Amino acid sequence: MLDDFFIRALVAGIGIALITGPLGCFVIWRRLSFFAGTLAHSALLGVTMALVFQLNIALSVFLISAVLAILLLQLQTKTNLPNDALLGLLAHSSLAIGLVIIGFLTTIRFDVMGLLFGDILAVNQNDLLLIWVGGIFILIVLKFIWKPLFASTINYDLAKAEGMKPDRYNAIFTILMAAIIAISIKIVGLLLITGMLIIPAALARNISNNPLQMVVLSTIGGLLSILIGLFSSLEFNTASGPSIITAALLLFLISLIKTKKYSELKK
Amino acid sequence: MENKKKVLLKVENAGISINDKSLVKGVSFEVKQGEIVTLIGPNGSGKSTTAKIALGIYKKIDGKVKTYTDKIGYVPQKISIDWTLPIRVLDFMSLTENLTKDQINRSLNLTGVQHLKDKSLSNLSGGEFQRVLIARAISKQPELLVLDEPVQGVDFKGEIALYELIKKISENMKCGILLISHDLHVVMSATDFVLCLNGHVCCSGTPQKVVKDSKYKELFGDRASNILSLYEHKHDHTHSQDGTIDQK
Repeated sequence: MLDDFFIRALVAGIGIALITGPLGCFVIWRRLSFFAGTLAHSALLGVTMALVFQLNIALSVFLISAVLAILLLQLQTKTNLPNDALLGLLAHSSLAIGLVIIGFLTTIRFDVMGLLFGDILAVNQNDLLLIWVGGIFILIVLKFIWKPLFASTINYDLAKAEGMKPDRYNAIFTILMAAIIAISIKIVGLLLITGMLIIPAALARNISNNPLQMVVLSTIGGLLSILIGLFSSLEFNTASGPSIITAALLLFLISLIKTKKYSELKK
Repeated sequence: MENKKKVLLKVENAGISINDKSLVKGVSFEVKQGEIVTLIGPNGSGKSTTAKIALGIYKKIDGKVKTYTDKIGYVPQKISIDWTLPIRVLDFMSLTENLTKDQINRSLNLTGVQHLKDKSLSNLSGGEFQRVLIARAISKQPELLVLDEPVQGVDFKGEIALYELIKKISENMKCGILLISHDLHVVMSATDFVLCLNGHVCCSGTPQKVVKDSKYKELFGDRASNILSLYEHKHDHTHSQDGTIDQK
C-alpha cells in the first residue's frame, strides 16, 4: 500500500499535522510565530551545510536550528533590542548566508523551489519512518513537559516561584521546534512549515475556550488541511504544499464566521 | 515556643542590581510557620523585587536566600493572560499542581468566586481575577505563601474578608506568609513582623516598634503612625485616656 506515492504523501502529511497541531498552539500562545519562521529560514542554511559536508539533511537542519536558537538566547542577553528585531536579523542573515554558500556550490544542482515548498509527493519510506518515529518522540516529550511548559507559558515568574523550572522547559521546547522543522523540511518545505504551525492553531483559537480543546481542534484543523489540500491538488493538478496551506487558510476563514456568532452570543 | 516554629524562608543580606544600578540591597529576614511578614514602602522601593529575590526568580542575586519547603504559593503583582491562550478559571487553578475537583471548589469558595469556575480568565474583572489568583495560590495547601498586593482592585467588603482569610490561613494551615501591602491598617493589625523598604531596609520589627521609628514617619508621614493606635483601640476595646498604645 505504501508503494503508492499518494498514499505515502497522505501518511506523511497526517504525521506532520499530528505534531504541528499541539506544537503550533504553543507557538501561538508564546507569540513565537516569527521564531518559527526564523527557524524555518535558517533551514536553508542547514540544507546547504548538509550538501557541503555530505550530512543527513534532517540532522544538519536540526543542528543549525538549534545553534540559531542558542544564538538568539545569547543575543537577548547582550542587547535590549526587541525580540522581533533580533529574529528578523537572524532569519534574513541565515537565509542570506545559505544563499551565498549555494552560489559556491556550482557542481551541485540545487532545487530551491523544492526546498521552499517541499515535495510531499516525493516522500519515500525512509522519510515516513523519520516523520513518524521523530513525531511520536516529539509528542511523547511534549506530553511529559506539558504542565511545566504550560505554566511557564502563562507566567514565567509564577512558574519559577512554584518550582516549575521554566528555563529548562523553554529550552526543551526550543529543541522540539528545531526537531519538527528538521523532520518536516523535505515534505512541506521551509515556507510552509510555518504555515502548518500557525494557521491550524490560529483557527482553533477562534473556536475553543480551553487549552486542551484548542490543541485537539488545532490537530483536527491540520489533518483536514492535509486531506483537503492533497485531494484537491490531485483533483486540480495544483502544487500539493501550497494547496495544503490554502486549505488551512480556508478553514481559518470559516472559523472566523463561527467566532463572530460566539462573541455575539456572549453579549 | 517561638523557637519551635519551623523556618520556611531565610533571606540574608540579599539584594540585586541590574546594569550596576542597585534595585534593593542588604535585606535580611525570616518567615516562620504560622507567621505573617509584611513588606511596606513607597512605590519603587523594591518590595516586589524583594519578594522575587526570596522566591528565587532572579538568576543572579547578591546575598543568600534559602527556602526550606517546596510547597510555595505565589500571587504575583501583575499577571496578564493573553487572549490567544484560551483558559478557564478551572484550568488555571491546577496550573502548577494536580488538584481534585473538590480542592478547586473549596478554594474558589473561600475567596468567593466559585460561580466563575467555567468562565474565561480574560473575561474576569480585576477584583475577580485577584480572588482567583489567591484561590489558586492557597489551593495547593502551600507551606509558604508569597502575596504581592493580593487584594488590589477588590471591593472594600471583599478586601476585609480576604485579609481575614489570609490571617486564618496562616493560623489554621500553619502557613508562613510573606505579604506586600499598601494598606497600613491591615499591615499593622495582622502582621507579626514588618520590614519597611526604600531600596534598603529602613526599619524593621514588630508593628508596634516600626510605627514609632522616625524613619517610618519620614517615609509615610505622621498620620501613618496613628494607624496602630486607631486599630488597637477599635479591636482591643481598651480605652486609654491619652490614646497611647496598649501593649498586649
